[in-house]
Amino acid sequence: MRLRDRNLLGIETLTPEEIKLILDTAVPFKEIFTRSVKKVPTLRGKTVVNLFYEPSTRTRTSFELAEKRLSADVLNISVNTSSIVKGESLIDTAKTIEAMKADFVVIRHSMAGAPHLLARTITASIINAGDGMHEHPTQALLDLFTIRDKKGKIENQNVVIVGDILHSRVARSNIWALTKMGAKVTVVGPVTLIPSHIENLKVKVAYKLDEVLPHADVIYVLRVQRERQKQHLFPSLREYSELYGIDMDRLKKCKKDVIVMHPGPMNRGIEISSEVADSNFSVITEQVTNGIAIRMAVLYLLAGGAEKVEEGE
Amino acid sequence: MRILIKGGRVIDPANRIDAQKDIYIEEGIIKKVSTSIKVNKSNVKVIDARGKVVTPGLIDMHTHLREPGREDEETIASGTRAACKGGFTSICCMPNTQPVTDNQAQVELILSKSQKEGWVNVYPIGAITKGLQGEEMSPIGELKKAGVAGITDDGKTVENSLIMRRALEYSKMFKLPVISHCEDKNLSAEGLINEGYISTILGMRGIPRQAEEVIVSRDIQLAEMTGGHLHIAHVSTEGSVGMIRRAKRMDIKVTAETAPHYFTLTDEAVKTYNTNTKMNPPLRTRKDVQAIKQGLQDGTIDCIASDHAPHLEDEKNQEYELAPFGIIGLETMLPLIITELVDKKVLTLREAIKKLTVNPAHILGLNKGTLSPGANADITIIDTKTRRKIETFESQSNNSPFIGCTLRGFAVCTIVGGRICMAEGELVAG
Ligand SMILES: [Zn+2]
Ligand SMILES: [Zn+2]
Repeated sequence: MRLRDRNLLGIETLTPEEIKLILDTAVPFKEIFTRSVKKVPTLRGKTVVNLFYEPSTRTRTSFELAEKRLSADVLNISVNTSSIVKGESLIDTAKTIEAMKADFVVIRHSMAGAPHLLARTITASIINAGDGMHEHPTQALLDLFTIRDKKGKIENQNVVIVGDILHSRVARSNIWALTKMGAKVTVVGPVTLIPSHIENLKVKVAYKLDEVLPHADVIYVLRVQRERQKQHLFPSLREYSELYGIDMDRLKKCKKDVIVMHPGPMNRGIEISSEVADSNFSVITEQVTNGIAIRMAVLYLLAGGAEKVEEGE
Repeated sequence: MRILIKGGRVIDPANRIDAQKDIYIEEGIIKKVSTSIKVNKSNVKVIDARGKVVTPGLIDMHTHLREPGREDEETIASGTRAACKGGFTSICCMPNTQPVTDNQAQVELILSKSQKEGWVNVYPIGAITKGLQGEEMSPIGELKKAGVAGITDDGKTVENSLIMRRALEYSKMFKLPVISHCEDKNLSAEGLINEGYISTILGMRGIPRQAEEVIVSRDIQLAEMTGGHLHIAHVSTEGSVGMIRRAKRMDIKVTAETAPHYFTLTDEAVKTYNTNTKMNPPLRTRKDVQAIKQGLQDGTIDCIASDHAPHLEDEKNQEYELAPFGIIGLETMLPLIITELVDKKVLTLREAIKKLTVNPAHILGLNKGTLSPGANADITIIDTKTRRKIETFESQSNNSPFIGCTLRGFAVCTIVGGRICMAEGELVAG
C-alpha cells in the first residue's frame, strides 16, 4: 500500500488506512535507532530542503535527523520572519528550490496554506511541518504513534486536549487524526480559546477541566502563548494556570495509567507543572524520539515506499 | 449615426415593457421603440437582435478603477473596457484611489479622463470623509457640483457615529446617497475569511458576520434618525438582509446592493487556499447565500453590483494572509446572474434587469436605465443562450474565482450614447 498524495499537507485528507500505514512503517524505523548503525540508504541521492519561516529547533532537528538517517542530502534554509514582508516572496524562493532540483521540501510557515501554495508551484514533494494555525501533521502522527505504543491501541481512548485550541495547529491535526482512528476526543479550555463549530469535528467541548479529567486515558497539554493575554482572550496567566494548568493535585484525580503529552516547548509552571512534566505519567521525551521515526516513515512512504526498509550497511 | 435594432425581446423595466420590439436610435438618442419600425433613411446600421434580449444599458454602481494611483492594476481605460465587454454602459468608481476622490479637482480629473479614454459612462463616487480618514467630512456640496453620484468611504466604515450622522444629514441637501461599507474593524480583527467551521479547520482568523451586522444596524438607526438616504454596499449576511427588510417596512430610506459572489459562492470555496476567494466582506455560508437570494427576490436588495476590485497576479499569488482582498467582477456579473439567478428561477430575467438598470439609476439619481424615447441611447444586447467558459479578461487584472467556470448569458453588444462599443462580443474601437 502507498500514500495517495505525493505531499503531506495535512491529516484532514488522509484515510485511516493511510494513517495506520504511516504508524506501522514507523515501527521498524524506531527499531533502527537501537542499533549501532543508525542509517539506512533509502533516500541516498535525494535532496531534502528544510524551509523554515519560523524558528523551531525542535521540529527542524527532528526532520534533519530523520533525513540524515535515510541518507538524504539535507539543505536547511531559515528565513527570518521579518523578511517575509520585505524580502523574497515564497513563490520566488520556491522557484529557487525548484532550480536546485530538490526532491522534498519540508516547510514550516507562520501562515496557513503556505505549504499548499508551495505544492501548487513546484514539483517536489511537500511536507507540512506546521502552517500557521492550520495543521502540523507529523506532530499528530507521532502523537498517535506514542499513544498506540503506550496504550496498545488508539480506538476508544479518551483523549482530553487542554488549552488554546483556537490557535493550535497541533490540536487541529490531532483532532483529525484521533477521530479518524476511533479515539474519543474532548477539548477543554477557556471559551475564548475554543474555535467556533469545533464540535462539527466530532469532538466534545468542555470548559471545566476537573469534570473531564477523571475519564481521561490521555491528557494532551497545549502550549499557551503569553501574547494571548493581550488579545483579551484571558485575563492573566495566573488565572489560566489555576483553571487549566496540569499539576499533581489534578493528576491524583485521574486514572492510574493516564499519560500526559505535550508537543513542546513547555511553559513549566503555566500549562504544566514541572513535577508532572518530569513524572512517570509524562511521555514527553518519548514523543521526541518517536518523532524521528514518524518523519522517517513519512519521507520513506512519500519517496514511493517501494524498497523494503533495509539494514544499515 | 443611425441604428435600428430589430426583432429582439426588449426588456425595459422602467417602462414595464417585455415584448418583441424594434428600437431606432438617431444622434445618440432613442427615437422610437415599437413593433416593426421601418426607417426610410440612408446610413442606418441595422442590428439583428432576433433571439436576443435588448435592455437599457446596464449600470454597475460599485467599481474600483484604481486610477489614479494603481494604474498597474487597472486604469480608467482598461476598467471601462472590461465594463463594456461585460455589457455595462455606466459604472460608478469608488473614491479609494491614491489620491482619494475627496475634492472637486479630482472628480473633474476622473470625468475628463473618462471622457477621453473611457469606453462607458463613468460616475465618480466621492469620499464621505477627507482622505477616507473618518475624521472630517469632505466638501460634499463641492463634490456634488463637480458631478459625484454618491458618497462613500468604501473599504472602511465611518467609525465615528457622529460623523456618519452628520454625513447622512448633510447629504440630504444634495440628494446624494451615503453608501456604507459596513464593517466593525474591532470585530473583524484582521480576520481573513468568514468565522465558522471553515475558518476553524483551515486555521484562519475569522471575520464574524456580526462585524457587518452591527454597522448595518447602526447605520439603519442613523438613517431613521436623520432621514438621509443610506445605501448598504455588498450585503453578505442573512442578518443584514433581515435588518434591511425590516427597515424598508418601516419606511426608512435605505437601499442595498449585493455582489454576484455572495449568491454564488460560500466559504467552502476557500478550502483550496485560492486567494481569489479572498474578499471583504468574506464569502459566507449556505444559509447566507439563501438569504441573499431571498432578499433579491422580495426586493429587499435593490441592485446587484460587482465590487470589481482588480489586483495583480503577483499580489494574489502569495500566502492567503498576505494577498489583498477583492476580486474582479465586471465581465462575470451578467453571466453569473443569468446562470445562478435566472436559470435557477430565483429571479425572472425582467427582475434581474431591473436590478441592473432602473434600480441603480434611481438610487443614484441618474437619468439612465430606461429605453424611453428621448433617453440617451445606452443599450445592452444579451445572448441568454450561449454557454462559455470564463478564461480571459479585458480587465488588466485577472483575479477572479470564476476562471474555468462555464456560464451562460453574455452581453454581445454594448451601445453607449448611440455608439456601438461592442458588437458580436468584440470591442469596437472608435
Ligand atoms: Zn467595500
Ligand atoms: Zn468596494
